Amino acid sequence: MNCPDCGEPAEATDRYCENCGGSLQLRRTPSGGPIGRVGGAGCVGCGGAVSSDGYCETCGRAQPTGRDRMEFDLELVAGVSDRGRSRARNEDSMAFGVVGPVDAPQAVVTVVCDGVGSTERADSASQAAVDAAIEAIVDALLSGSSPRSATDDGAAAAYESVGELARPNSPDTAPSCTLVSAVVTQSEITVGWIGDSRAYWVSSSPDVPSRRLTTDDTLVAQLVAAGMDEAEASASLNAHALARWVGADAEQAPPHVVVIQPEAPGRLLLCSDGLWNYLPDAESLAARVSDAEPLKVAAELTSIANELGGHDNITVVVIPWEGRVP
Amino acid sequence: MTDFQVEVYQNEYLPQGSAEVNAIVTVTASGNATPAASAGADAAEVIIIDTSGSMQHPATKLAAAKRATAAAIDALRDGVNFAVVSGSERADLVYPPRLGMRPATALSREEAKRAVNALRADGGTAMGEWLLLARELFATQTSPLRHAILLTDGQNVHERPKKLERILEGVTGQFVCDCRGVGTDWEVKELRKISTALLGTVDIVAEPADLEADFRAMTSNAMGKEVADVSLRLWTPQGATVKFVKQVEPTLTDLTDRRVESAARSGDYPTGAWGSESRDYHVCVQVNPANVGDKMLAARVSLVSATGDVLGKGQVLAVWTDDTALSTKINPEVAHYTGQAELASAIEEGLEAQRAGQIESATAKLGRAVKLAHESGHEDTAKLLAKVVEVVDPVHGTIRLKREVATVDAMTLESRSQVTKRVGRKSEED
Ligand SMILES: [Zn+2]
Ligand SMILES: [Zn+2]
Repeated sequence: MNCPDCGEPAEATDRYCENCGGSLQLRRTPSGGPIGRVGGAGCVGCGGAVSSDGYCETCGRAQPTGRDRMEFDLELVAGVSDRGRSRARNEDSMAFGVVGPVDAPQAVVTVVCDGVGSTERADSASQAAVDAAIEAIVDALLSGSSPRSATDDGAAAAYESVGELARPNSPDTAPSCTLVSAVVTQSEITVGWIGDSRAYWVSSSPDVPSRRLTTDDTLVAQLVAAGMDEAEASASLNAHALARWVGADAEQAPPHVVVIQPEAPGRLLLCSDGLWNYLPDAESLAARVSDAEPLKVAAELTSIANELGGHDNITVVVIPWEGRVP
Repeated sequence: MTDFQVEVYQNEYLPQGSAEVNAIVTVTASGNATPAASAGADAAEVIIIDTSGSMQHPATKLAAAKRATAAAIDALRDGVNFAVVSGSERADLVYPPRLGMRPATALSREEAKRAVNALRADGGTAMGEWLLLARELFATQTSPLRHAILLTDGQNVHERPKKLERILEGVTGQFVCDCRGVGTDWEVKELRKISTALLGTVDIVAEPADLEADFRAMTSNAMGKEVADVSLRLWTPQGATVKFVKQVEPTLTDLTDRRVESAARSGDYPTGAWGSESRDYHVCVQVNPANVGDKMLAARVSLVSATGDVLGKGQVLAVWTDDTALSTKINPEVAHYTGQAELASAIEEGLEAQRAGQIESATAKLGRAVKLAHESGHEDTAKLLAKVVEVVDPVHGTIRLKREVATVDAMTLESRSQVTKRVGRKSEED
């Protein structure tokens, strides 16, 4: 094989290129966030071509820059993170990567974190969390750990790095965030989460239903789990407040983990509540997922959330899954 | 080489749901310090003088028109192609002897002046015919800068208005034409129709003796032009409509209906020829309102040459905000020129009402005009208004109509009603 960065020949088992030091086993979003947009991605409003001065050639919309609109595309996985329409900043973050040699990818790893809005530097918290989590998960996978144990390592690393942000301030004002991660291999999908960012399975087969894979770490979800009627639970005070989160003021515990082996092809979708608040139900969400390539699907869903109000930051990561190799 | 600079003045902040975007676009062309150095063959000039029978009454009128034409011929740059037309109910070529133009030389100037001197006044008035001959003359030339002067002393009585309109449609864009009325027997509206269609100016020269200086000034101004047929190009986003595009300085000219589609969502508005000068345009665009926090390019303004080169660019923006401190701020440029446009219509409507004997309406309109002229510091117009009405209180626009108004004063005010005052500058003397 050859190094994907510099083109020099490399051993397939090497982790790093002898020539340029680049990773031979991982292609991922840049650390610190994929700031800005993917070239030629089109207008965030109407999908039209964007002029060099940053305005849409069709609808005139100014195109967001920096953290306001982050896009990245690795083909096997792609995502969009958008400020939305009412928040002053984008406090969501996403990181994803493809593990294994370029010509023989072995796993797709994705982390989405949503900075808790009431905390300071929530954007730093979510960014630190996704970077720490993806690095830990990839390291674990490359050193032979199972996806489940790698998922635990990712959450632990996120706790640690977000916890460091609390210093020198008191833990009361510590920045914090949610976390949802996924390790997708040819045989199974492992999802881990803390908080209310979600994962959905969007089925491509009419025989297999689409479904939500995560259960929110909120009071309402806990009440429902305890047997209370959903309407009744939602009505109780602070029902949607987070019961668990990642941060210095949080009780550290392993993430919830679910492992699925879908019976038919489909797409895994990780998102923050900026999307699912508008389309909470798996079937209604799946109905809005087009057959386009992952980046386009992520952009389309982001546009839908913005059309419906864009009340919160919106992050959507899409991973197509073809199914087990026979 | 002429450089064009485009500046946009606006308050881009709009309240939620608001759709109308207003901006003043200032275009400044700075060219050769010595335009006379450029090749004369780039320019062509046609001088049209009225030789209808009335030009003989008094006889000084025709004599002054001849002197003025001679002065214009002398003011031509060497090498500029020119011709002289005399107009009555038909158009006659005075110079050169055969259809075409001659480059200005000592000899051709002498020949032309001799031909002009031999003119006699006789017959009626059909300005459309004059313009048709001018177009034919320009068609013999390749010069990009094409300018005409049209002088008349009367109304277009030997041609139906419909016919003149049809002819104007045919000659529009072929040349620029400045129109002058000598005396007080002509009609401002009629001449303005011609000057507006041909992107020129209109003015009164009440005294025949003043024609010479005026013709010389007009010709020198035409000789100062360096770039012909410049268009203001407006790109607007999908779903937007251009409510209007007006030149608002130095004079008011509505260009809205002159749009020629140039590309998808893009239209060109003619601005004529440019020398070293500055002009202001008021652009008003209706867009689909976006959400609070969204920013939109409401219009891309560019200046385009006849060959399609982009000479200058500017942006008109819209940003929706719920901060009323931002959205209620009035842009001084937009406010000033909105006022200047209102001033012009108050004068025109006021004079119209006065002519029709509608005292109340005339008093209200002209009073409003006095107030607006005072507020905007448009001293030239204020002085002209003071000749037509008795100003009691310019601050509140309190006036009394004069019992006797000299025709020349009313016509001067009407002729110059669309001459605006530049924002933020002291009025310049003529
Ligand atoms: Zn390399
Ligand atoms: Zn667009």
